[in-house]
Amino acid sequence: MGEIEIVLPAASSAAVSTDGKLVGLLIISGLITLLVTCLIGLFAVRYRRGSEASRDRLPNWFAHDLETVWTLATVGLFVAIFAWAASQDFALAVPPEESVEIHVVGKQWMWKAEHPGGQREINELHVPAEETVELVLNSQDVIHSFYVPAFRLKQDVVPGHTTRMRFHTEKIGTYRLFCAEYCGTQHSAMIGRVVVMAKEDYADWLTRQPEGDDLKEDGKKLFVAKGCAGCHYGSSKVRAPRLAGVYGSQVPLSDGRLVTADDAYIRDSILQPKRDVVAGFEPIMPSFAGALTEGELVSLTAYIRSLAVTETNR
Amino acid sequence: MSDIPYRDVDVQGEKPGGRLMEESYLGEKFSIWSWLTTTDHKRIGILYLLSTTLFFFIGGAAATLIRLELFTPAGDLLTDDGYNKVFTLHGVVMVWFFLVPVIPSVLGNFLIPLMLGAKDLAFPRLNLMSWYLNIIGGGFAVWAMLAGGVDTGWTFYTPYSTAFANSHVSLTAIGVFISGFSTIATGVNMIVTVHTMRPPGMGWFRMPLFVWAIYATSLIMLLSTPVLAMVLTLLVTERLLGLGIFDPNRGGDPILFQHLFWFYSHPAVYIMILPGMGVVTEVITCFSRRRVFGYAAMVYALLAIAVIGFFVWGHHMFTSGQSMYASLTFSFLSFIVAVPSAIKVFNWIATMYRGQITFEASMLYAMGFVGLFTMGGLTGLFLASVPVDLHLHDTYFVVAHFHYIMVGGMVSAFFAGLHFWWPKITGRLYPETAAQIAALLMFFGFNLTFFPQYILGNIGMPRRYHAYPDAFQVWHVLSSAGAVILAAAYLMPLGYLVWSLIWGKRAPSNPWRASGLEWETDSPPPKHNFLTNPTIEGSVYDYHPAQEPRREPADD
Repeated sequence: MGEIEIVLPAASSAAVSTDGKLVGLLIISGLITLLVTCLIGLFAVRYRRGSEASRDRLPNWFAHDLETVWTLATVGLFVAIFAWAASQDFALAVPPEESVEIHVVGKQWMWKAEHPGGQREINELHVPAEETVELVLNSQDVIHSFYVPAFRLKQDVVPGHTTRMRFHTEKIGTYRLFCAEYCGTQHSAMIGRVVVMAKEDYADWLTRQPEGDDLKEDGKKLFVAKGCAGCHYGSSKVRAPRLAGVYGSQVPLSDGRLVTADDAYIRDSILQPKRDVVAGFEPIMPSFAGALTEGELVSLTAYIRSLAVTETNR
Repeated sequence: MSDIPYRDVDVQGEKPGGRLMEESYLGEKFSIWSWLTTTDHKRIGILYLLSTTLFFFIGGAAATLIRLELFTPAGDLLTDDGYNKVFTLHGVVMVWFFLVPVIPSVLGNFLIPLMLGAKDLAFPRLNLMSWYLNIIGGGFAVWAMLAGGVDTGWTFYTPYSTAFANSHVSLTAIGVFISGFSTIATGVNMIVTVHTMRPPGMGWFRMPLFVWAIYATSLIMLLSTPVLAMVLTLLVTERLLGLGIFDPNRGGDPILFQHLFWFYSHPAVYIMILPGMGVVTEVITCFSRRRVFGYAAMVYALLAIAVIGFFVWGHHMFTSGQSMYASLTFSFLSFIVAVPSAIKVFNWIATMYRGQITFEASMLYAMGFVGLFTMGGLTGLFLASVPVDLHLHDTYFVVAHFHYIMVGGMVSAFFAGLHFWWPKITGRLYPETAAQIAALLMFFGFNLTFFPQYILGNIGMPRRYHAYPDAFQVWHVLSSAGAVILAAAYLMPLGYLVWSLIWGKRAPSNPWRASGLEWETDSPPPKHNFLTNPTIEGSVYDYHPAQEPRREPADD
């Protein structure tokens, strides 16, 4: 039997405020449970059959007023708890000024992470302390859920969707990583660890990782290898939109809508090109669904994003 | 009690069976065939009692395997696939073939016509059909189990269930689909019965609260179960015909499934708890010898839960990537739906105030229900708070929470009701001391099984894990130990209730001196329930000397 664990480390700023809510709720519900059990116990003893206690008539106002009081008290208490909990959502929803963006792909039954510099890891995630980290999450097969108890956060990783999970790391240490959404045979083996390191150590760790192309270099190669460049590049004969500067801009579609070319749009355009056709172009691009892995999609998106760097300064 | 005109309710003076002018429903014909083709609501209730008991033990066997496996951190007793199939079986069988039908179809079937002074439900043949549909549906589920099992979890989340699982998903889904029609049929039957067959003098606000609870439940059954049928049809369509609905590789959206599934399954939680609330109300008022405190509030609370329960499904999806505003809206509504439940808890306690309380087994179960339901409900507030749910969602905290409602609540309520009406159903008295011991044992075993799971969830143990880190073991061992006690406590009633069928003392028509029309006919009731048409005088729950009515709700 391992050591007994009852208190979780709090390793993110969310963990600290969530723990506040947890303790608050624990106290409130503990008091209510105590009240309920004491009343049941008290009445059971005091009003057991044949006891001496008075069974006189109650005044008429008693029942009616009592009901009103506890109804209003319950409503007030519950709405107050809701507001208190909701305030945390609003606080966390404010986007940070800058963040470390790491791509994570969930697949049966492992977590693959890719750092902006191209460093890759499996079932481990190294992040710097005292930084806001934003995970961009995709799934290659079924729904998974990225759960770090020490951060008090989890985010489902849904195939066909790109989800994001943001946390501000606080305490240096190694923490458990679980898949929290049932994903098949080896769901309980889809575990790993998250290592929060001092900033210098993280920078050091990044340099010690085996040389790999960074995401956009990787994407650039794919762009040629998968045939994208044939239409979307240079003096191609096929008419297809040029991609320089597209990322982050407003794109007019053939049906008159205007969309922002963000990660999700780029991704959808690769997988379902006939859905949002750019105005002035024929819907001739084939779908690449199934021809690209999630990791390759991430790299391609990163490359297309890099083409916009001069315009939007991202 | 003196104003019940039909019969002297003095227990001692009752001569069992002496005055029977009509054969009891049990003694009429004995052949298997006469039971299988019966349209008597009482016999169908018994059929349901047998089938739900069977399913309870199938689901319970699966639970036993789960707790044995989790005794040690390594996945050693079962293979990973084996474990996944076992917890799926446990969920599917317990939800659809035990919890949903158990009180409405066993006790509701038996008691609703009796409580309304009627001869049968509105549609006796539909009633029999609903039992057969339930059995056929359950047959499919068991067939799927014997053919190799299902490993999707009872929630059938896509795209795992449609594109990845290599187990008998369609077969199970078809079974659940069929049993859904059984639920709908029961719901229709109950609603029509309550609307059309109330006796003269019984206005809406003079109905026993058990009837109200079944009525509110039936409304939910009727409105939500078609959505389950729909989502399962879509699931089987995608799985078998390859139509892209939920699978993103075929142009579908997996989140759509979650919306549809929880649009049924959250109201279904109330299908599983409202009937229990009805039973507990009857039991507490009887053994406290007090009329129900705040009758009208109890009715409105049931209806409020039934209605608001339809608008909270999104609280199952806080981590799915839905927008923060959607999450906050669902969070707010989830807090609101907890208010009527809280009112009911206070009213039950207030009913005990200044009573003449005795502690028969049913009362012990009912008191346990109030405490455990309170804990289950309060931990629901944790999960309704978005930031806290981001931590606790899909952990053992959730497992503990819904078992407090479903097992601590609904199963306790079922046992309360089963003991309370056992003399009426069988005409025999059960041994009281044994029943009281079982009730206490069940309460203790239950808490030891599930309380450690709150702690497990809080330290981050995810659900549906076959193997787990060593640090969690202590709590799992406690939980498994509790499960052993719980299992023993569940076997006890099986023993002494069956014993009472043969050796139990014959029951008088009203052994608890309870109010309600069902107690005015013989135990067991004659085939057509009442020898003379009962009429209603005074209010329901005439347990203590009348007071000035504080507020007389209008009859319709």
